[in-house]
Amino acid sequence: MSIIIDRVKCFGCVGLMGEARCTKACPGDLILLNEEIRAELREPRDCWDCMACVKACPATAIECRLAYVVADYRAALAPKVRDNQIEWTVTDQAGNKETFILDTQNP
Amino acid sequence: MIEALNGQTENLTADVLIIGGGTAGCMAAVEIKENNPELDVLIVEKADIERSGCLAAGMNAINLYLHPGETPDSFVKFARREAVGVLREDLVHSLAKEVNNVVHRVEGWGLPILKDEDGTPAKRGRWNLKIMGERLKPIIAEAAETSGARILNRVNVISLLKEGGRVVGASGLGVRDGKFYSITAKATIVTTGGASGIYRPNNPGSAHHKIWYSPFNTGAGYAMGLRAGAEMTSFEMRFVALRTKDSIAPTGTLALGYNAPQVNAKGERYMQKRFSGVGGEGAPTCYRVYGPIREIQEGRGPCYMDTTHLDDKQVKNLKTDYLNMYPDLVLYWAANHIDPATEPIELGATEPYIVGGHCQSGYWIDVGRRTTTPGLYAAGDVAGGAPYKFVSGCWAEAVIAARSAVEDIEGQPMPQVSEHYTTGLRESAIRPFCHWEMRGDGILPAEMEERLQKVMDEYAGGASVFYELNDERLDRCLEQLDRLKEQQEFLAARDPHELMLAHEVIDRILVAEAVTRHLLHRKETRWPGFQTRLDYPKRDDTNWLKFVNSRLDPTTEIFEMVERPMVDLETLEGAPVSMGWPG
Repeated sequence: MSIIIDRVKCFGCVGLMGEARCTKACPGDLILLNEEIRAELREPRDCWDCMACVKACPATAIECRLAYVVADYRAALAPKVRDNQIEWTVTDQAGNKETFILDTQNP
Repeated sequence: MIEALNGQTENLTADVLIIGGGTAGCMAAVEIKENNPELDVLIVEKADIERSGCLAAGMNAINLYLHPGETPDSFVKFARREAVGVLREDLVHSLAKEVNNVVHRVEGWGLPILKDEDGTPAKRGRWNLKIMGERLKPIIAEAAETSGARILNRVNVISLLKEGGRVVGASGLGVRDGKFYSITAKATIVTTGGASGIYRPNNPGSAHHKIWYSPFNTGAGYAMGLRAGAEMTSFEMRFVALRTKDSIAPTGTLALGYNAPQVNAKGERYMQKRFSGVGGEGAPTCYRVYGPIREIQEGRGPCYMDTTHLDDKQVKNLKTDYLNMYPDLVLYWAANHIDPATEPIELGATEPYIVGGHCQSGYWIDVGRRTTTPGLYAAGDVAGGAPYKFVSGCWAEAVIAARSAVEDIEGQPMPQVSEHYTTGLRESAIRPFCHWEMRGDGILPAEMEERLQKVMDEYAGGASVFYELNDERLDRCLEQLDRLKEQQEFLAARDPHELMLAHEVIDRILVAEAVTRHLLHRKETRWPGFQTRLDYPKRDDTNWLKFVNSRLDPTTEIFEMVERPMVDLETLEGAPVSMGWPG
């Protein structure tokens, strides 16, 4: 575990790519679009926690959630992807936030 | 769905077929197209090259780069010590000559490399440089796409095509539609990576894929090569990685980037105290994981990397480094109230992996990266004999393999395969799906994988037995693997995705057998931690300073083992390494 997909935020971004961003990004082909054209995880236990789909999602509808067997409940890590940069916000259990803005590609 | 599985075969051709669009495969495609834009290059990838392979989450360092003052020779010397004497110096030397060029080539495609004030790359350890590599894989994938190579995503290659002793392409199945592909090619480069999932993962159930090496690298390239009769080397040099416990993130960032020493529960720096004879904190990689394994066995665990000397700014930098490579570690710290400035980071050893980039398990190749089977080339984690090449060395090997392929296919006609042959391959490929269709029952791939991992963990030196080995347990392991092989006819797959998983477990079982046979063959302990023999606990340079190689006999399909001499640059003197099977 894995990711949690917000079914309200997800709009099934098939668009011009012909494929949703998350289903394209997953290195394990674990995400598919269901009959309502919303992203769905095939098998939560097979997720690698690589966060490729979380970063790719244009609707910030995907959250990475570590398996409870290794991590306490209630912390979050959310990326915002921009051109050549990524902004990460980590929220600990007490609600403290820390932000990181990192280069990802030379302009 | 059923219509798709029963549908027609799609026949494709390419001048050069690349199996696996990870970091090595994409680099090979670019090199071929730059050498000769007229050549038709096809990458076949089971996921999508955008984030497939090992680098989905990114990288924060390049771990093989020759900084000023270093040479290919000095790297060979370093790698020889790291590998405890056994390695192919010809292979290591040849990739070290290319490595800086490929690193700067990727920098030119947009990879940010951190620089010192004078503009030279910032060092992080002797061979390492720091990068902002969150987009490393997309950057390489874009270069492959713009090179003009064709890309076939979501097709899982299962078998190499053979004709008259030559590899002439490959066949596989669409992972979403089950469509069968037969691809003939003048040259085939295999860049599928190594193998995880051979041993039981340390993390259970819902976290079984919380592992360091990609869970989607399933040993396919090793297995298809073995089935095609190719010679393999060094499967007994397993990679057991020293990682942050539970979150399984690399510790090189802590050791090289932040000078964090290993300490045990008593606060002792055990590497200095007990392993000074082999270099203490600077001991070869296998000893740096064997150290904490032994501390825990002898009652001095848990073990840690001591980060408590870091100030707030350094901790922020440390988190930045991990966000570029293992972002979930930062989430893990936030969830579990861990502050590296106030408490040390607990260590763990991973389940064993089979890899050619950190260790040297893989195809036995010549210096041009030609395998022992004509028409087939190997580069990256799937290629053997050249340990410590890491990501940049995999690029260098891809470039070398690409040049050899381009040179060898000049004037070659496009090979032909018979329809009868590919029909047989298709029937065999879809068997688990047909089994489910007919019976509605059988063994699911996840069940067989779990059993394989249990057998390997208990009998072939997994984490639960402190990675330790002896002949009798390894013999027992082979008996159990034989039973698994017999049971493969009952494998069942309910959809094309599960059909891919079925082939992955079939491949893993064959790789597991190779690993077990290699472990049995080496009657010494060469790499403590990676290969700890209880019955042969000492290193034996008189008899074992050599390679253990294997292949499947082409007619009987039974494993044959052979020993090959060490290859060092002094004795090589231009004479090619033996590629023919003896006798």
